[in-house]
Amino acid sequence: MRAPRRPFILFWLTLVATLSVASPARAHLVNTGFGPFDDGLTHLFITPEDLLPVIALALLAGLRGPRFGRAVLVALPVAWLAGSAFGLLLASPIALPPAEIILTIAFGLLLAVDSNLPLVAVAGLAILLGLFHGLLNGSELPKTPSTSPISVAGVGVALFVAVSLLAGQASAVHVPWARVAVRVAGSWIVAIGLLMLGWAMRVSG
Amino acid sequence: MKNLIQTPGSARQSLLMLCLLLSPLTAFAHQRGGEVIGFTSGFWHPISGIDHILAMVAVGMWGAQLGAPAIWVLPVVFPMVMALGGTMGLMGIKLPGIELCIALSALALGFAVFREARPKLWISAIIVGVFAIAHGHAHGTELPLGTNGVLYSIGFVMATGLLHALGIGIGVVHRWSTGRIALRVAGAVIAMGGVFFLWKAISGEPV
Repeated sequence: MRAPRRPFILFWLTLVATLSVASPARAHLVNTGFGPFDDGLTHLFITPEDLLPVIALALLAGLRGPRFGRAVLVALPVAWLAGSAFGLLLASPIALPPAEIILTIAFGLLLAVDSNLPLVAVAGLAILLGLFHGLLNGSELPKTPSTSPISVAGVGVALFVAVSLLAGQASAVHVPWARVAVRVAGSWIVAIGLLMLGWAMRVSG
Repeated sequence: MKNLIQTPGSARQSLLMLCLLLSPLTAFAHQRGGEVIGFTSGFWHPISGIDHILAMVAVGMWGAQLGAPAIWVLPVVFPMVMALGGTMGLMGIKLPGIELCIALSALALGFAVFREARPKLWISAIIVGVFAIAHGHAHGTELPLGTNGVLYSIGFVMATGLLHALGIGIGVVHRWSTGRIALRVAGAVIAMGGVFFLWKAISGEPV
């Protein structure tokens, strides 16, 4: 069987591009100038704290196979939207940086070891991640403008696209060395998460 | 939806869609500080030190020499262990003899490539792991204040991973007899570089 090279190269291009353009988390959505939907759409791709665990989970699901990819494709955006809806109801923003980092490390680790999780567990992780990050996102959005739900919808679409691309590409790699390359991406995410933890606990001076 | 996940042939369309999604990073009315400095300084930090470059490339070359499973175990494990060292450095946890260990890393790894050393996998993993912690710790303590931690970390890990990939890429020549000799010569050169850094570390001179 011929090795699927193109999807593999595209996967790495996708990963490097998304990681390279990501910029720090914004408590408030970036103003793209294209309206609240695009603000939400852009938010995921420029927020590494949100993006990294999504990348890890999408790749993990892709490595497990198309069924897993499809489960995450549905579960993650839906849970994220539900979490965001709940977060919008909260009076004050929630910030839990250590929990976010630990979740990133955990998802990266699962990918690095190519964890043989069942479908239910992967879908459960997608729901957990979606609810948690959605809640944080939703709680940080401004409560007064009525455009916040539109921004949340933009985030949901961004998630759908990101999971489609990453899980789709990962599910297309079957040669052993290509799977290893995807696992290396998981180890990079763990390493980034560990360093983020170090930054969070940094001793100044 | 099924086709969306299963069809590998839509590579160009996917790439185009991704580019379109990433392109609308709007101009900011006000200059945002830290982000570019964070990513670029994180990316250049591992590349700016020749001792780090030699050690990272040597890890990849040694892994390629050892073959499976070391060729994939080392690149998967190394970034995580190095980040652990970096985290210790950031948290202010002191480790003795870091500079000496870094200098020794190029010497030992270069020598391993030169000798085509084939210890058991767990021994080679421990050797590489110890050096990874030393390199990570040194970087962790040297990280500049005021840069963006997340972007710095992304750049830092990407650069280190790419150095490994370079080493593995060079190590591919191992499959040819002339290439094996060339690889051993390269190992000897790295080991000599290690001797230089060791001398510097012992004499207390900055590298």
